[in-house]
Amino acid sequence: MSDAKTPGPDAPETPAGALIAPKTATSSDRFGALSRSTLLRHTLFALVGFGLLLLLIRLLSDYRNTQLAPIALTTCAAAGLTLLVGLSGQISLGNGAFMFVGAYTTALLLEHWHSAHGNLQLIAVFAAAIVVSSLFGGIVGVAGARLRGPYLAGATLALAIGLPQIVNYQHLSDKLGGNNGVVVIAPNPPAGWDIYRWRSVLCCAAAVIVLWFLANVAHSRIGRSLRAVRDDEISASLAGLSVPRLQVLAFVISAGCAGLAGGLLAVVSLVAGPGAFPLALSLGLLAAVVFGGLGSLAGAVYGSIVVTLLPQWSQDVSSALNIHSDKITNNIPLVVYGVVLAVAMLAVPNGVQGALLRLRGLALSRLRR
Amino acid sequence: MFKFLNLTLSGVSNGMIYAAVALALVMIWRATRIVNFAQGAMLMFTTFIAWDLAQQHGVNYWVCLVVAMLSGFVIGGAAERFLVRPVETGPPLNAVIVTLGLFIFLQGLAGMIWGNAQAHSYPPGFSILGYQVGKRTLLFAPNDLYIVISVVILVVLLYLLFNRTPVGLRMRAAAFNPEVARLLGVRVGRLLTVGWALAAAVGALAGILAAGTQPGYVAPSGLFDALLVYGFTAAVIGGLDSPLGAVIGGLILGVALSLADNYIDNNIEGMYAFIILIAVLMVRPNGLFARQHARRV
Repeated sequence: MSDAKTPGPDAPETPAGALIAPKTATSSDRFGALSRSTLLRHTLFALVGFGLLLLLIRLLSDYRNTQLAPIALTTCAAAGLTLLVGLSGQISLGNGAFMFVGAYTTALLLEHWHSAHGNLQLIAVFAAAIVVSSLFGGIVGVAGARLRGPYLAGATLALAIGLPQIVNYQHLSDKLGGNNGVVVIAPNPPAGWDIYRWRSVLCCAAAVIVLWFLANVAHSRIGRSLRAVRDDEISASLAGLSVPRLQVLAFVISAGCAGLAGGLLAVVSLVAGPGAFPLALSLGLLAAVVFGGLGSLAGAVYGSIVVTLLPQWSQDVSSALNIHSDKITNNIPLVVYGVVLAVAMLAVPNGVQGALLRLRGLALSRLRR
Repeated sequence: MFKFLNLTLSGVSNGMIYAAVALALVMIWRATRIVNFAQGAMLMFTTFIAWDLAQQHGVNYWVCLVVAMLSGFVIGGAAERFLVRPVETGPPLNAVIVTLGLFIFLQGLAGMIWGNAQAHSYPPGFSILGYQVGKRTLLFAPNDLYIVISVVILVVLLYLLFNRTPVGLRMRAAAFNPEVARLLGVRVGRLLTVGWALAAAVGALAGILAAGTQPGYVAPSGLFDALLVYGFTAAVIGGLDSPLGAVIGGLILGVALSLADNYIDNNIEGMYAFIILIAVLMVRPNGLFARQHARRV
């Protein structure tokens, strides 16, 4: 809904891995200035999308808003990851580590920086979280640019496991709060907003901005260069592109998005603790990206909705079933999640977005005949 | 100096367990070019089966070990045949997600059967009282010796299987070039299933060995996740393609973690693993024992 992906009508066979479809003459005639300026089109989509989201937030109950906020913040991280994995072709099993950096930056800044400006201060804090996690992502990216495939997967996996443990390092544990984490003191919402709606607004605004930014990056020269690197590194470097620089850049952008998601997570859950960043988080992000359709921003949205809501739905179902065994009730969400992931990969190999594009292609070819 | 020796010895025995997990991952990587993220959950599940037999039914340690390896064999084979085979031709990440799905599913299933409430202890194979040297006690017990010897035997058996038997030759052919192997009459699909089954049996052995080293090891999640991560780290250090590399990677990791835990701080073991991994990969981006591949444009 808030995504700005508009493949041309003449390209029904667009693979899910492609973020943009070729623009066609017909579409640019039909929409005039709007289709000539990608930036303008994306901005319009983002504004309309955000307006609709605001409406949705007003309509939803408090409980539904507590579900919407995690979806939106997961979307930030998943969209960043889809740029890294889908566009630049580098796998990361460790984007949860960047969320960890963003969350702790946010929590520590809010703890030590007292300001009367409330929500303005919060925006500055999020900006700082993005900067710090991007820098960290840059360092990881420099190391990662030398690694390929499973080696990069192994290194990022070890990062996702290792980094959250530094909260227990003897010289840092009193600052980082050990296993209990740092309590987040979030500013009060502005007058007229209750706390749950305000958190949803923050998360949705961030998600829309991230999607708008990434859609523009994907359509830009950088996006094209990244795709070139993904498809063939040697050809890309022969064509004059600096492969390592682009790969590091993809890590920086991806880590920045994840850092923002981590900051939002800290503000929504009011605590930044190592338990919030288990291996399952990083792997869940990757699952969201692949499930939605690798490389597609719309897919990142679908995937985030599914990985966030699926455990809750199955929890609801299992409590409705009224089984008198905690062992079984507590584990139904895990079992369902696992089965859905495996079955989805067998049923829709190109993800939800791939399946949708295929359906659209079929429908269009049927219409034309 | 004595402390250093002790820490090294205890690192060797842990490292051998990482090496066994790494071997399981390497075998699957060589056969199907897939990193089996479900390995940790698979060996958790087989260890639970063995624990159930040993604690609830009083079955002998060695029978439990055999049952665990057999059930690993079945789970691994079934995973390849019914889950991995259908996605093998698809995008490579899909296989990764399928193994993740299996990983989560097995964790949930184990929780359903045995409960998540408490971690259980598994009996070690041999005494865990360290050997005495003079008046001092080594951090190396008969159980550690048993771990080292069983992994060494495992490596020798795998070497013989792959290099000295017709089945091993066919398995290598199927992994090396499936198309040509198929044309020459090798039943590639069946051998890949056998490869996964064998790897999972190796993983099951690693699970039993690991569970005996610490009380409270057997639980649906937790320590076995770490075993997967360290096993994968060891495999990557060794170069993913090389069984010998997996063993050496496991030893390096085990000894380094043991030393760092005691000389620096034992709360950030995962961080050391990451640092060691990055240090090795910065020098050799494809691990210590990987062959360099020529690339064509």
